[in-house]
Amino acid sequence: MNGVVPSIRVDLQLIADMVEPSSSVLDVGCGDGALLQYLWKTKGVDGRGIELSQAGVNASVRNGLSVIQGDADTDLKDYPSDAFDYVILSQTLQATHNPRTVLDNMARIGRRSIVSFPNFGYWRVRMSLAWSGRMPVTENLPHQWYDTPNIHFCTIRDFVTLARDMNLHVERGLALNGKGRPMGVNATGALANILAEQAVFLLRRA
Amino acid sequence: MSATENISLPGQCIELGGNGKLRLDCGVELGPFPFAYQTYGELNADKSNAIMVCHALTGDQFVAETHPITGKSGWWGQMTGPGKPLDTDRYFIICANVLGGCLGTVGPKETDPATGKPYGLNFPVITIADMVRAQKLLIDHLGIEQLFAVIGGSMGAMQVLDWAARYPERVFAAIPVAGAARHSAQNIAFHEVGRQAIMADRDWHGGDYLSHDTTPRRGLAVARMAAHITYLSETALHRKFGRNLQDREALTFGFDADFQVESYLRHQGITFVERFDANSYLYITRAMDYFDLAAEFGSLPAAFENTPVRYCLVSFTSDWLFPTPESRAVVHALNAVAANVSFVEIESDKGHDAFLLDEPEFREVLGGFLNGCAEHKGLNRL
Repeated sequence: MNGVVPSIRVDLQLIADMVEPSSSVLDVGCGDGALLQYLWKTKGVDGRGIELSQAGVNASVRNGLSVIQGDADTDLKDYPSDAFDYVILSQTLQATHNPRTVLDNMARIGRRSIVSFPNFGYWRVRMSLAWSGRMPVTENLPHQWYDTPNIHFCTIRDFVTLARDMNLHVERGLALNGKGRPMGVNATGALANILAEQAVFLLRRA
Repeated sequence: MSATENISLPGQCIELGGNGKLRLDCGVELGPFPFAYQTYGELNADKSNAIMVCHALTGDQFVAETHPITGKSGWWGQMTGPGKPLDTDRYFIICANVLGGCLGTVGPKETDPATGKPYGLNFPVITIADMVRAQKLLIDHLGIEQLFAVIGGSMGAMQVLDWAARYPERVFAAIPVAGAARHSAQNIAFHEVGRQAIMADRDWHGGDYLSHDTTPRRGLAVARMAAHITYLSETALHRKFGRNLQDREALTFGFDADFQVESYLRHQGITFVERFDANSYLYITRAMDYFDLAAEFGSLPAAFENTPVRYCLVSFTSDWLFPTPESRAVVHALNAVAANVSFVEIESDKGHDAFLLDEPEFREVLGGFLNGCAEHKGLNRL
């Protein structure tokens, strides 16, 4: 654990803060491995990653991280139950084909799950659809409807409802603004569902 | 006579199986027998920096030096040396000639102590596991408790997987490159073509050609030509040769090597005969055919149950001999036991041979993975 301590995006920092030192983590959709690298360097976390893009995988492995090319929808089923302390899904849920199955597998593989996602209930998104009558394109959701990888958007309320249906207990929740900073509103409340641009939840099996 | 005889080889050769013979999968007990290996770099004080390189079917222990027979540079010279991924300033690199080989380690061309004549087909059929057992005896001999890494491509990757499955506590990191946990039907089929070519050569003499002072050159050359095609990709062959003619302006309407690709393959065949023993080719291809980790351990995940080893699998996009799904099957098995595994597929159009060639991304991934492992193991720089 030597070398320079890396700095990471604010929303990743908030996820990292939810992880206990020296724990084991599976980061699903780990991108270039920034979060795993940070968790290893600062908390001695035993991390693994799955990433769809080969470029991301190769960059991660070049940095000494344990990452495989794989897909959250199809490859989580291979992992045994309770294999990790945390399974993390950061800004990826909305791009999966079957979000409920993905969450189900995460809850099975990890003792805790950490999920971050863009909130489709955010007021600007609602306004965009209400006033222009077009699918919203914002700084954090920059894709047009026809080329977006995001096929399963949800609101915070949708997510909290699903978690309850799946018997997952919300241990912590953070409502975040567009810059990924916490907003100091109750993350499961009605206000967060309107004001927050994204959210992070720490879940465990109830 | 075989060209590989009566040459003083660089490197070292020890006697294994002297006290306690090596029990082979076929039931035969072998020993004492010569085992040749080469090393690069220095073993550190606590013997924690050793990397075992496992060579492929027709490779040998001369990883990073001019080959004593062919005069060509080492087969993984671009990977091995100061500042390279297999950094000889940092790691102690060991590569042994496999059991059944023909460059110093006991194989069918060596003398059978029981008869005083070359083994020929009296040499026992060996397996990938037998090769690994012999390498483990070498590690014991060198007093190395745990290898920092075991790495190899193709048949070398089979040995790496076998090492990790058989001696998990003796391996910190395993890097199977362009390999598989079993030899596919298609691969067995190609090997059978090669073996039949050798055995159809009348100079083979039922495997006893050394007594007849000859060697099945044509058969072995044809075996090599057929195999060589499987190491390349269609794209690579086309780029290199296309339909270009060899030293001529027009087709000759005969069966001389009109095309460059024919001339190239013939050259590959002829030069191979100079450095390889035909019976060794039979035995080693057989060992690959027999390899099936899942069959031995009951299932592939069972082979890696509770494994403490850190894995990095590498495949190449255009490799159709050991295609990516073979590596992916191993990754899935390792995931099923929550092993620490990395897996990269390198974009290359050079086919199976890509693992031997200078592929910058492969080099960087390998260097990065080893660096990460060194950090996790607390392996200090020398």
